[in-house]
Amino acid sequence: MQRSFDIAVIGGGVVGLAILRRFATSGLSAVLLERGADILNGASKGNSALLHTGFDAPTGSTELACMQAGYAEYLAIHEKLNLPLVQSTALVVAWSEQEQAKLDGIMAKAHANGVADVRHVARDELRKLEPKLSPAAKAAVLVPGEHIIDAWSAPLAYAHQALAHGAVILRNAEVTGGNFSNGEWTLASKAGPVTARIVINAAGNFGDLVEAMARVSPFTITPRRGQFVVFDKEASQLVDAIILPVPTERTKGVVLFRTAYGNLAIGPTAEDVTEREMAATDTATLERLKARALDMVPSLAGIGVNAIYAGLRPATEHKDYVIEALPERGWITVGGIRSTGLTACLGIAQHVAKLYASHFGALPNPPDPIWTPVPNLAEDRPRPYMQGGEIVCHCERVTRGEIVAALEGPLPAGDLGGLKRRTRAMMGRCQGFNCSAHVEALFREKSHGAA
Amino acid sequence: MERRDVIIIGGGPAGLSAARRLAELGVAATVLERDQQAGGVPRHCGHLGFGWQSHRRLWTGPRFAEQLRADSTALDVRTGHTVLGIDGNVLRVQNQHGINEMAANRIILATGTRETPRAPRFVGGSRPRGVTTTGALQANVYLQNFKPFACPVIIGSEWVSFSAILTCRHAGIRPVAMIEAKDRISAPRPGDLISKLIYGVPVWTRTKLTAIAGQPQVEAVEIERHGKRERIACDGVIFTGEWVPEAALLVNRPKVTLAGNVHGDLKTSGACWREGRAIAEQIARGSA
Repeated sequence: MQRSFDIAVIGGGVVGLAILRRFATSGLSAVLLERGADILNGASKGNSALLHTGFDAPTGSTELACMQAGYAEYLAIHEKLNLPLVQSTALVVAWSEQEQAKLDGIMAKAHANGVADVRHVARDELRKLEPKLSPAAKAAVLVPGEHIIDAWSAPLAYAHQALAHGAVILRNAEVTGGNFSNGEWTLASKAGPVTARIVINAAGNFGDLVEAMARVSPFTITPRRGQFVVFDKEASQLVDAIILPVPTERTKGVVLFRTAYGNLAIGPTAEDVTEREMAATDTATLERLKARALDMVPSLAGIGVNAIYAGLRPATEHKDYVIEALPERGWITVGGIRSTGLTACLGIAQHVAKLYASHFGALPNPPDPIWTPVPNLAEDRPRPYMQGGEIVCHCERVTRGEIVAALEGPLPAGDLGGLKRRTRAMMGRCQGFNCSAHVEALFREKSHGAA
Repeated sequence: MERRDVIIIGGGPAGLSAARRLAELGVAATVLERDQQAGGVPRHCGHLGFGWQSHRRLWTGPRFAEQLRADSTALDVRTGHTVLGIDGNVLRVQNQHGINEMAANRIILATGTRETPRAPRFVGGSRPRGVTTTGALQANVYLQNFKPFACPVIIGSEWVSFSAILTCRHAGIRPVAMIEAKDRISAPRPGDLISKLIYGVPVWTRTKLTAIAGQPQVEAVEIERHGKRERIACDGVIFTGEWVPEAALLVNRPKVTLAGNVHGDLKTSGACWREGRAIAEQIARGSA
């Protein structure tokens, strides 16, 4: 295997994969090192899968610029990669007079951020737009450009496109050390050594630890845990828009949103934790989330919960992302990419490519892009079972063909979680009561026992 | 569009017995079964206890399912057929070739039931391997010959929870304990004594599972027992019972007749078989 590259990206989350794609499609040789058994094993696996306009992001921030550039690029490429876009709109709903008083400020900020199409929605119109929303809702701001996407197939498509352009993705490849000399990095990893001219730190919740290889880290990660509750499919009929709360100083708050898979979910919470790796849930918080959802939409009562999950967002002491080039160290830092990373990742990749061009030399002329459409997981677009085939996971209607395909190809699922993220198998209302034994047997058969 | 007099959704004990009885009474029925094989849940219940109410035999679940299939060879049983939705008397049906519509004068829904898994119980903690339900464990043990753990805890004390113990014994799995939040076990006494004395599995009542720990495999559970928190080492968790009808097709309130475990309290496979038969007789008489 090739061991020497122009670019080494540390971290196989949405951000690292988008950066890998950007460099590979620009004609540089690039490798990505991921510590997990599969990509999307850290912060990227537990989020709300929304495509944000940036209407509420800090004005003038790098975060906002990356979000808006990422949003535009997603709209431009999603059809070529067969990625979903559920054009749902969002409503920032005020539930009290104090919150209602803040709506003007939200409008003003959106305008300052260049999101011009936001508008006030009075109580009567809100009732018409969202008849199932509790009558306690007082008023709202409508944000037409907020959309629902799929947190897993998008970065998977970026990975596949990078691979098609010659990039290498190493999994089970935790970076254990690095040495920079004579203008080249030698990284020690659990998948062996790798050399590269430039290292890009996109290590998410481990970003500050990885940064220490290059310098004293200018940021410290305090993972912020977010728990979610996912309701069964019939719940998605109850709400159309993404229902956002009026944000507080610290967090954007708990959101009620449809998913691309046809469910309705609520989350995330915002809890500072020390654990970087494992996002645990707890009963009391889940109960509170469910109660909050029922407060917002009373007719949710009686609809089952399909799934619970939690994610860890890489929060730092800084309000903004930390994206910097260290020209004398052959290093680019991409740290503190919090909940907006899925929206921003393509924009972050553009930004990083510009930093590279201004500090490390012009990018080669890009070859024509190879488009690598991924299997569709979204409910609003045709899914494979509709063309026939043997359905193995009945709740999510996943065919045997989809499962086998996810276990083959250039980036086969590295673990069961990766298989679930590629296919949705076992993620429905029965949570594997009917199919898990068969799906797991397929996984063992195809991956030769590597669980 | 294909039209049938009666369409039965689900080829388990209730659905197959209804189809057979309808045929005996001269009513043409089609069974649509989403799995590749008919027989329903008994297919993976490898222990004895099946067949008495229907055939006056004492069989294992797979043997009983085999008999149900044998009884149905002359019937129109279509496996690999998934009903996606019901609109009036029209069904949208998926099979290996795609999606078609079928119409029926009468629809019997016999889609059975499932256990409540971890997520809707809001059990917190990490998300390791080794968390399962009795049904999934049985499919692993009896159909895939796979042992997902060696020393799990069993959550719940319904009849099926004891079936989980039998499944574990068959596979050489040694449960650490059976945990029940209530004051006494849900299955009739002396289930707890049998569990403890014959199978060596202690039953802890008034004990609540609060969290699961471990990564990538279960390493322990946290429980609250007599008001005290404890950490119990184990490598798996089996969530048993708390049955939920497999009733997603009822969302739009179609006009269907329910048979078997898709409604009411949990019934034995024999009782489901008898109910399917009784419903067939009502339909044949035009009285249902």
